Amino acid sequence: MTYITKPVARHPKMRHNALGLEPRDYEGSMSTLCAGCGHDSVTAALVQAFFEMDVEPHRVVKLSGIGCSSKTPAYFVKEAHGFNAVHGRMPSIAAGANAANRDLLYVGISGDGDSLSIGLGQLCHAIRRNIDMLYLLENNGVYGLTKGQFSASADVGSVSKKGEVNRNGPIDPVSVALALGATFVARSFSGDKKQLVPILKAGLAHSGFAFVDIISPCVTFNDHEGSTKSYAHTRTHMYEVVETDFVPLRREITAEYGHGDVHAVTMHDGSVVHFRKVAEDYDPTDRGAALEHIADVRKRGEVPTGLLYLEETGEDMHGFENTVEGPLVELPYEDLCPGSGALAELQKEWW
Amino acid sequence: MAHIGDRLNDFAVRIGTVNGTGSASANSLLLQALFRMGLPVSGKNVFPSNIQGLPTWYEIRVNKDGYTARSPVFQLTVAMNPQSYARDIEEVESGGWVLYDSTKELDESLLRDDVTFLGIPLAQMCAERFRRARERTLMKNIGYVGALVALLDIEMDVVQGMIEEKFSAKKNLIESNFTAIRMGYDWAREQWECPLPIRVKRMDATKDRVMVTGNAATALGCVYAGATVGAWYPITPATSVMDGFKEWCRRFRVDPDTGKHRYCILQAEDELAAAGMVIGAGWAGARAFTPTAGPGISLMSEFIGLAYYAEVPSVFIDVQRTGPSTGMPTRTQQGDLMLVVYASHGDTRHIALFPANPKECFEFAVAAFDLAERFQTPVFMVSDLDIGMNDWMVPRLEWNDAYRPDRGKVLSAREIEEVKSFHRYLDVDGDAIPYRTLPGVHPKGAYFTRGSGHDKYGGYTEDSDAYVEVVDRIARKIQSAAEHMPAPEVHAVEGGARHGIVSIGGAHWAVLEARDTLLADGVPTDYLRVRGFPFGEAVREFLDAHDVIFVVEQNRDAQLRTLLAIETECPKSKLVSVRYYGGQPLSKEHVLDGIRPHVSRRKSAVAEAAIR
Ligand SMILES: Cc1ncc(C[n+]2csc(CCOP(=O)(O)OP(=O)(O)O)c2C)c(N)n1
Ligand code: SF4
Ligand SMILES: [Mg+2]
Repeated sequence: MTYITKPVARHPKMRHNALGLEPRDYEGSMSTLCAGCGHDSVTAALVQAFFEMDVEPHRVVKLSGIGCSSKTPAYFVKEAHGFNAVHGRMPSIAAGANAANRDLLYVGISGDGDSLSIGLGQLCHAIRRNIDMLYLLENNGVYGLTKGQFSASADVGSVSKKGEVNRNGPIDPVSVALALGATFVARSFSGDKKQLVPILKAGLAHSGFAFVDIISPCVTFNDHEGSTKSYAHTRTHMYEVVETDFVPLRREITAEYGHGDVHAVTMHDGSVVHFRKVAEDYDPTDRGAALEHIADVRKRGEVPTGLLYLEETGEDMHGFENTVEGPLVELPYEDLCPGSGALAELQKEWW
Repeated sequence: MAHIGDRLNDFAVRIGTVNGTGSASANSLLLQALFRMGLPVSGKNVFPSNIQGLPTWYEIRVNKDGYTARSPVFQLTVAMNPQSYARDIEEVESGGWVLYDSTKELDESLLRDDVTFLGIPLAQMCAERFRRARERTLMKNIGYVGALVALLDIEMDVVQGMIEEKFSAKKNLIESNFTAIRMGYDWAREQWECPLPIRVKRMDATKDRVMVTGNAATALGCVYAGATVGAWYPITPATSVMDGFKEWCRRFRVDPDTGKHRYCILQAEDELAAAGMVIGAGWAGARAFTPTAGPGISLMSEFIGLAYYAEVPSVFIDVQRTGPSTGMPTRTQQGDLMLVVYASHGDTRHIALFPANPKECFEFAVAAFDLAERFQTPVFMVSDLDIGMNDWMVPRLEWNDAYRPDRGKVLSAREIEEVKSFHRYLDVDGDAIPYRTLPGVHPKGAYFTRGSGHDKYGGYTEDSDAYVEVVDRIARKIQSAAEHMPAPEVHAVEGGARHGIVSIGGAHWAVLEARDTLLADGVPTDYLRVRGFPFGEAVREFLDAHDVIFVVEQNRDAQLRTLLAIETECPKSKLVSVRYYGGQPLSKEHVLDGIRPHVSRRKSAVAEAAIR
């Protein structure tokens, strides 16, 4: 069913999307995060992506774990159901909800503590199941909400606000995702909307698990010198492997993309992602090459960004489980209950 | 020498074999034959936490009066495992019989002069008759079945008929099974006077009964309730619930045109994830469940609290095993009573159902989903290894085709459209149950689900009053479920007795039998079996009406007694605890041992002094 709440007093100059909605129709309640927090920029990019993708707000499902990052589902698409679950366990909520109703658009928001420590197992298994959802890891190298402890993505030698130096090696989320067979792997920076928005849009269109690691500085606990997830550090060390453009299905593909070193990947729904190669030898559809490239860039002390890998298999959790086309929640009870006759028949086997 | 007189249709046999040698199917053949002869029968599988090699036992009790609780006394032992000979032989009742494989001589130290040893060279006979090693091992089992057919006077036609049914697709197996059966049977008839005084004769007590395990029945209940999402992590003794669900779904839930599934079974990475999946699916509007055992519930606790506080329907099936920790995974217990009803941190309290046999597993599984959706909360169905994994003789399951799931207060798109505004946790009807909406239905129905402090409108709060208002309503909501639980089963003597007994779950069958013995001894008792939590008025009234109440249960710490003391006004001093927690199913003897000292103490002051 389609319900579009009538826009109240539309600003005539405001942009509208195909549904007649404005960007602010995709907003949520006021953020309570610190001013300047990277997570708020990610929220803004998401709002733009939803708007540009003409998403019906109430068909979105927003899920998260616990942390500053996990609070953000309250700050976008207020007309969508949201579920702020327990720390690190959002992927299992997503799996269950998606199993029940595969027709909704699932977006999960998590942090580096949420996804790489307490919830690393669930993240890995969500990737294995290829749950059809967009999964954002808002990565700041710290536990923001519990006041600045190192997370598992903190680089060796990172200095905390209290002056402690991190000695444990980091978990690189994109390498993990690639190694586990993720079908969509990207990295971006909360401060780079130009790069981030097309990636989010491609992630929304992806059929399967779209994993986006977003460096999202914590201004309060991790935006000082000595931190490798600060604004300054990320800006100077970002290395865009590929430039990504996303063209939704119904838009015309303009000539702009027709030349040069461009690699086009058609998504399951028919829309197209264009990778403009920055690095000579980069092939975004070759998992091994992607892993190698990430390692090379990292060796140079740079952070590889962009849509790093994309594979449209079309087989998600429901494909593996061979479930019916429509949502399980909409099956009539008559199709679920075998009835008294079958019960009597069945019991003949019970000796 | 002690003597066992005629015990027609009233005896117990224990069969000791080696795990993984195929004895399970031979034993169920026996049980099934007795059932088909119309005899009340029960079978208990006492198995090790092992795949192959360790001792395993199967216990069969035949009882013309219909008592099916475990009998700890065996008149006949089938000793097929030299590893357990010593124990098996030692535990036969004096005057009884030991059937053993005499291919190898029994060690003299094992011999007893008060039992009769019946030697049958099974290994040797099989070696002579069968060529392949595997066949030789398997057919030994069928050989002892053959001997028992003669010794116990089981109808050979029935047994052979079952073999034909079972192997209708593999004719050569019928032949070898027949050979093995006759081999044991003929030997017995030639060597011994058959039948023994313990023997069977056809009855008519199983006509409207079926034989089924609790886990299979539970799984079927989930199918009939309309559950579409099942999430689990394998654990004994709950695994066969999901095996069953999968089996029934394959049979009943595959779209005939497309071959696609009208269900989704997710094998989770652990129990935390299984709980999350159930909660996610329940939140999105599916009927979802997870089968597990105590260790799983421990892991799920955080999520259970979320479902309680955020009010998400979810069904948790706890097939209890012996704890604490890994405990004895293949032994039974009722050790999770406290765990389930108060699972998770903070103030939580949960609806729980306690079936006593597979029939109730089927019915309560259905009820669990209705209660979960009606009260928007986690519901536990708590059985145990004995109920779940053993074959039970129960009345035929019935189904009313008029049944429709109670989805509780879920607003449709039209209803959402019509309300002025929707607030998830508002007590609109004054019954402590708010309305809920499902994702994707209507923009006006959107709300934010959270386990953090929230007010009645669903908004985040750290305000004391707003917080208290919501948690108090939830407390009222759960309490209001008490009268919607399955009513307790009550047995009372005419005019009422001074002594009451309260029990729960599978302890029931031993209590029923013990009551009859007590009555014969001149001690009448009234009896109540709790079937749901929170306890309803009927439980309170029963406690009030008796001076002394024996609380019979299968855990060390008297958890049911504790719950009765906490949850009712009953003075603790009235509640006398009767416990057995060694891991075997409860027997009448355990109950009598616990009750008798107290009833005789009241009879005579001398006895009382003696006890002190
Ligand atoms: C079981 C459990 N343990 C610990 C916590 C405390 N806790 C809340 S948020 C958090 C870390 C969040 O870090 P991250 O996911 O990186 O989010 P950020 O705040 O940095 O965005 C922790 C440890 C909790 N909520 N639950
Ligand atoms: S503590 Fe850090 S992560 Fe949390 S809101 Fe503030 S800036 Fe953002
Ligand atoms: Mg963080």
